[in-house]
Amino acid sequence: MEKKTSPLRSLCIALAVIAALVIYAYGFQVTKVSLEETSNPIRQERFIRILRALAKPDLITYEKEEFIVEAPIQIPCPTGGAQSHAPDTSKPYITVTPACAEPKGEVTIEGFNFEPNTNGPLNFIPPSGVSLKMESIQTDSSGHFLITTNLPKRPSDEVQTIRAITRRNLGAPHFSRNAIETWEKIVETVFLALLATTFGVVFAVPLSFLAAKNIMSPINSPLTSVALSILFLPTGLALGWQVSGKIGELSQTVGDSVPINLVGVVLIPVILWYAIRWALPPVEETTPAAALRAARLTVLLFALLLVIVFLFLLANLAGLMGNAVIASLGAFGFLGKFLASLGELLRFSITLISALTGAGIVNTIAGKLGQNIAEKTSAPVNRIVNLTLGALAGAVLFALIGAGIDWLYELENPFYTFTLPSLIGAVAGFITASALSRNATLPIGLVIYMVTRTIFNALRSIESLVMVIVFAVWVGIGPFAGVLALALHTIASNAKLYSEQVESIMAGPIEALTATGANRLQTIVYAVIPQIVPPFISYTMYRWDINVRMSTIIGFAGGGGIGFLLQQNINLLNYRQASAQMLAIAVVVASMDYLSSAMREKAV
Amino acid sequence: MLSIQHLTKIYSPGGVKALDDVTFDVPKGQFLAVIGLSGSGKSTLLRCINRLIDPTSGAILLDGQDITRANTDEMRRVRRRIGMVFQHFNLVHRSSVLTNVLAGRLGYINPAWSLINRFPKADIEKAKKQLERVGIGDKAEQRADALSGGQQQRVGIARALMQDPDIILADEPVASLDPVLAHSIMQHLEKINKEDGVTVLCSLHFLDLVHRYADRVVALNNGQLVFDGLPSEIDDKKFKEIYGKDAERVG
Repeated sequence: MEKKTSPLRSLCIALAVIAALVIYAYGFQVTKVSLEETSNPIRQERFIRILRALAKPDLITYEKEEFIVEAPIQIPCPTGGAQSHAPDTSKPYITVTPACAEPKGEVTIEGFNFEPNTNGPLNFIPPSGVSLKMESIQTDSSGHFLITTNLPKRPSDEVQTIRAITRRNLGAPHFSRNAIETWEKIVETVFLALLATTFGVVFAVPLSFLAAKNIMSPINSPLTSVALSILFLPTGLALGWQVSGKIGELSQTVGDSVPINLVGVVLIPVILWYAIRWALPPVEETTPAAALRAARLTVLLFALLLVIVFLFLLANLAGLMGNAVIASLGAFGFLGKFLASLGELLRFSITLISALTGAGIVNTIAGKLGQNIAEKTSAPVNRIVNLTLGALAGAVLFALIGAGIDWLYELENPFYTFTLPSLIGAVAGFITASALSRNATLPIGLVIYMVTRTIFNALRSIESLVMVIVFAVWVGIGPFAGVLALALHTIASNAKLYSEQVESIMAGPIEALTATGANRLQTIVYAVIPQIVPPFISYTMYRWDINVRMSTIIGFAGGGGIGFLLQQNINLLNYRQASAQMLAIAVVVASMDYLSSAMREKAV
Repeated sequence: MLSIQHLTKIYSPGGVKALDDVTFDVPKGQFLAVIGLSGSGKSTLLRCINRLIDPTSGAILLDGQDITRANTDEMRRVRRRIGMVFQHFNLVHRSSVLTNVLAGRLGYINPAWSLINRFPKADIEKAKKQLERVGIGDKAEQRADALSGGQQQRVGIARALMQDPDIILADEPVASLDPVLAHSIMQHLEKINKEDGVTVLCSLHFLDLVHRYADRVVALNNGQLVFDGLPSEIDDKKFKEIYGKDAERVG
């Protein structure tokens, strides 16, 4: 086939080439690409100096012994001629010829009896006592050196001094101060990354299910249930919060007594075990009677309260024991401190967990109640209930959002932050309720999915380097701020990665388990989790790898770790010290890379 | 006794009528084959019976209870009496064979306990017995994906048996297997049907399997019930009605 070249096509190509040229030319100009700068001799010299400094990381030093040998010099020559100087030739000595000279005049300096093969500076000491470096000296194998150099332009009436210093290494080499600091900081960096990854993953794993479409989209509820849940959710939160607060106060009365705390921590699980065994029979062939179910629910509620008591006592005990053993453990005192911190953390999170549990329980009850109302009431009653509940729930939801806005912007105008949102919410709820037919359900799972996704995407787009600035304001500059920033970023990005893995699992096993009568929770435990374990491990390792790399620079923004040290040394032009830190980063990142890929291979 | 009455399923985006006013009864202990072209509605029919798919209208009565109106709790109790066997086995590949079989008990186990992977001892014994019964007792500890296709389908059957089912729904259980394995799997289903009196609804592609194993046949074409009778009643004329006039018999 003959190839046709249309002139228009050629023209287009020519135009495209010209356009590309223009784009790159502009790019060169904007980014100030300049070959002149790179060939500038002064800049080249500086660059080479830095490269040479970087090639000699400051890691090892020796104890040094200094030999200081001085000789007088007169600038300019006094009228009577220079005073004669007779050095002690049994020791190391230097001679300066001539013994006096004009400023910038040339002199020859010769050294004898020095330690062979040593080096050091040759300094000029004016009357003010400062030390001006003239030359570097290097003795030969017989301890002799000879240098011809120019004197500085420093005339004076007094006799000035030329000082030769040689240094000798004493004993074995040892790590420099910089190396030790670098080691401490790189350890801090690795653990910063480990903690950030752990905290992040702990939250990201459960949240990832909320952001998985295949898990969330089948969740639909009738409007009655959704409205009741919205109405009861704040109540549940407050209830859980209050109850755990009260129990916390109560557990404080036990206070510092280790035996009572210990008895509680041992005894309660035993009680719990029997209570739960009775209340939750493993197999149930028939539907139990209402009275039995009520009794079981009561026992479970009681067990729940006991769990809260248990957690508080455990927190108490951890704090007491941790603080008690700090002193006796000596160098391992940090283990005691860790135990005490864990207790503190536990006490802090119980309130949060019980608030969420309270919300969960009330939510479940509201959902069931709503389901019952939706199924068992006649059409007109159902409609009236739905319209009322819809309006109420809408009002509460929007009022809560209004309260949030009020807190954030400090508007303090109840009309805009309470009355108006409530009204809008009520109307919106009413309209939604009236638009829905009797058997219609709201895609509540999809709504949660969308909201979670949006939050993750927003959080993920903010780099942890930026986040750390906010956290440094909150908890102070240091590694803790870095941990928080990296953890938050880990939550956002890994929850998304995990949720994509959840979405890509095989649907067959889920279908099969649903067919056996397994409920949603059981389906997740038996059909979803086994499928996602390998990719979750793989992504967690990968994230740790990323966090190690991030934590090496998070110090630049106040997040602790080796970055802070590196930045300091670069700013102080201590390139040899900075070089040691760069080397440490390179070693750690390379070994993390190797380790994580090896572990990922094992996991899959 | 399972009674399907005026069952209709319209898939909502597109409005495809997968089932169109299907009505038939299945007496207890029958081995019923469901035949028809791919896309004729066989899978939809089977999945409506345990509500993996919600029918648009109609009723499914299982011993008098209307399954289509059951709520979540009631559905759990209904589903655990209906075992299901799938074309692609639908095992959890990374779990052991034993765990896959035990999963058949999930409808009976309290959800709270299954969170920590605790099954009663009796169930574990039972799972091992079911594996013996389908001839792979020695594979219990292996990972499910280490098994061959025929063995995986036997695990699927053992899982369904764990439910102590009244009915087994088999959705083309042998379509991914070679003819020898196909007969072996069908014989297992036949044994369960004859020995335990479990009603079996099995969708099939090959008529020789239908002739060999089924007590009765229903045929679907475009979602409509076009045949209901004995396997021997399917002559060439009926065959053309079920599979279209261009179809030819194979085997």
